[in-house]
Amino acid sequence: MHWSEYLLPLAEGAWVTVQLTVYSTILGGVLAFVFGIGKLSSNMAIKSVSVGYIELFRGTSLLVQLFWLYFALPLAGMAIGIDLRLPPVVAGVLALGLNIGAYGAEVVRGAIQSVHQNQREAARALNFTPRQTLFNIVIPQAIPEMMPSFGNLAVQNLKDTALVSLISLGDLTFRAEQIRNFTQDSTTIYTLLLLMYFGMALVVTVVMHLIERFAGRWRMVGS
Amino acid sequence: MLFGFEWDLTNPLNFAISILPILLVGMWVTIQATVLGFFVALVLGLFLAVLKSARSRFIAWPARLVTEFIRDTPLLVQLFFLYYVLPEYGIVLPAFMTGALALGIQYSAYTSEVYRAGIEAVGRDQREAARALNLSAANTFTHIVVPQAVPRIVPAMGNYLVSIMKDVPVLSVVTVLEMLNVAKIIGDRTFDYLVPLSLVGCLYLVMTLVASAGVRVLDTYLPKQGLPLK
Amino acid sequence: MTDAIIRFDKVVKRFGDLTVLDELDFEVKKGEKVSIIGPSGSGKSTVLRILMTLEGIDGGVVHVDGEPLWHELREGSLLPASEAHLRRMRSKLGMVFQQFNLFPHMTVMRNITEAPVKVLGLGKKEAQLRAEELLDLVGLADQAKKFPHQLSGGQQQRVGIARALAMRPSILLFDEPTSALDPELVGEVLTVIGRLAEEHDLTMLLVTHEMRFAREISDRVCFFDRGQIREEGTPDELFTDPSEERTREFLKAILD
Ligand SMILES: Nc1ncnc2c1ncn2[C@@H]1O[C@H](COP(=O)(O)OP(=O)(O)OP(=O)(O)O)[C@@H](O)[C@H]1O
Ligand SMILES: [Mg+2]
Repeated sequence: MHWSEYLLPLAEGAWVTVQLTVYSTILGGVLAFVFGIGKLSSNMAIKSVSVGYIELFRGTSLLVQLFWLYFALPLAGMAIGIDLRLPPVVAGVLALGLNIGAYGAEVVRGAIQSVHQNQREAARALNFTPRQTLFNIVIPQAIPEMMPSFGNLAVQNLKDTALVSLISLGDLTFRAEQIRNFTQDSTTIYTLLLLMYFGMALVVTVVMHLIERFAGRWRMVGS
Repeated sequence: MLFGFEWDLTNPLNFAISILPILLVGMWVTIQATVLGFFVALVLGLFLAVLKSARSRFIAWPARLVTEFIRDTPLLVQLFFLYYVLPEYGIVLPAFMTGALALGIQYSAYTSEVYRAGIEAVGRDQREAARALNLSAANTFTHIVVPQAVPRIVPAMGNYLVSIMKDVPVLSVVTVLEMLNVAKIIGDRTFDYLVPLSLVGCLYLVMTLVASAGVRVLDTYLPKQGLPLK
Repeated sequence: MTDAIIRFDKVVKRFGDLTVLDELDFEVKKGEKVSIIGPSGSGKSTVLRILMTLEGIDGGVVHVDGEPLWHELREGSLLPASEAHLRRMRSKLGMVFQQFNLFPHMTVMRNITEAPVKVLGLGKKEAQLRAEELLDLVGLADQAKKFPHQLSGGQQQRVGIARALAMRPSILLFDEPTSALDPELVGEVLTVIGRLAEEHDLTMLLVTHEMRFAREISDRVCFFDRGQIREEGTPDELFTDPSEERTREFLKAILD
């Protein structure tokens, strides 16, 4: 088998990796905002749930979380009489999203807290409700602050998708493993694999950079 | 039975208690892999940091590219690469060593940035002051830069130590018997994954909490202005 | 009761061990323009911040427009105010900040229309028309589309004034509106404030270090010292013939 023949199956795997990355990053982004804002809530119940979520997923290993969702959750479901068997894709997206969301929540919290107190006071003087202040004044200013960290997290997430190959999801790494088993041509395959991940990471970096510029476009106007 | 310990499947609690010693054996492997990987990351990261700050572009740029490449590719794939490709060139390492090496390489990309940021934070003015006092470059580095950079570097490095700990389960793919792998084997044999995997989760929480607390204590005891020199 | 629109009644404010306002009594009549002067740390900003509900109080009662600001009359007793009460009271007041505090992510137009639309429920068109009038008033009709960072400090502060006015407050609070500005930009802001004072029946409360200006526009000047009003009177009385030694020292120090 010539190395160019690896490309088609690898491309198929890469497409799965791209989808996994996109879905889990979006899920993670949503969770990051929900729990990052939740951690700052004055409602103790919301605050505790948020802190609990963040600590649980940052305090344990992603692979443990993935295995738990895929192998242990169905058994937990069986014990209470619900079918909680997840297809590998769902378990993968869920584990990746929950994990990256917990890290993202800390980023969101930090960025929200970094918005100057002045801004909240001005909003209060203009009689905005706390909710309006958060969503119209504070968060739009916090988002550009979050973006560099979100960019790093998105790349981290892309790399982490490789782990789903361990629950036999046909992503890029999984396909590469299949080919290696078949051809034993480790050097070529893993070199290709590394280069492909590197390329995808560069694309993710560029995309996140564009989003960053878009979110902070008011900062650049006229300068 | 695993590592000479029997499990007791009469009820979940007994099961959990009976496999705890087995998981602790796995945890010991996890800790060893963490420490060894961290050590490699510290050494290799310093090496990369020095190369990246080299005056010559022909050294600095490739070093930057390598760092970026390491940082942007998955640990799992790097591990596979080392595990399957090194032997083709006659380098045969035990799985555990390969795993620790992969961890060290992956995290050297991060630690090299910590070194660089820590040294840069000491600031040009400090270095210029040292030059004004006619200190040699080597003296400036060891007596001015390092003592001030260390308190900045240590907490960041500590956080990466915790991250490495959470990445050790990846080594299970090359048969390293770390904690998650042990739990998975117990699950495979007993068809009960819930108890062992949940227990691993709890043990991980304990480990990361202890490690993070350790980092915080270290941080509070480090003098912020720099290490005192006699 | 008098026609006081603002009345501080033995108001106490503490930050930890530090008593910033010590049983302060203080009144402002409707439409009156009052300047507050005094040394740094004497509690001038604190008075404004209490009125704007940015800072609570530890004793006494503040009345605005005949109603307690930080309290609510419920079942015959004065209880701490609810958020709803504070919101209702807050709508009577506007504030211009020392650091302008414009929203950096919004254009000038949006800075002025956001609150009228979101808080008062004005239509977008109506809010924009109102904003255009206000921008005209502060001399920035041609800057509506710019972002705050594209404007000079003086221009930003004038937007700040327009933004506060857009909420149609009956009391406008100024906390050292020119002290963050380069000297050459102070004039344009003072001109706008002076015009407001002359042409509108707004009640104005102005903390300032610009003594000449305070003298020109104020009906009354209050000299604050250690959380108390040490001396007050018409500008002429206070500036030309202060009766208190402390006032004289302060004025001498600041005018030299
Ligand atoms: N949030 C706070 N926490 C603690 N102390 C505060 C706080 N805000 C104000 N203070 C203190 O209260 C005192 C009065 O403050 P205030 O800002 O009212 O003074 P000021 O008269 O406006 O002075 P300046 O001319 O410097 O603005 C000062 O000693 C200040 O340090
Ligand atoms: Mg002040």
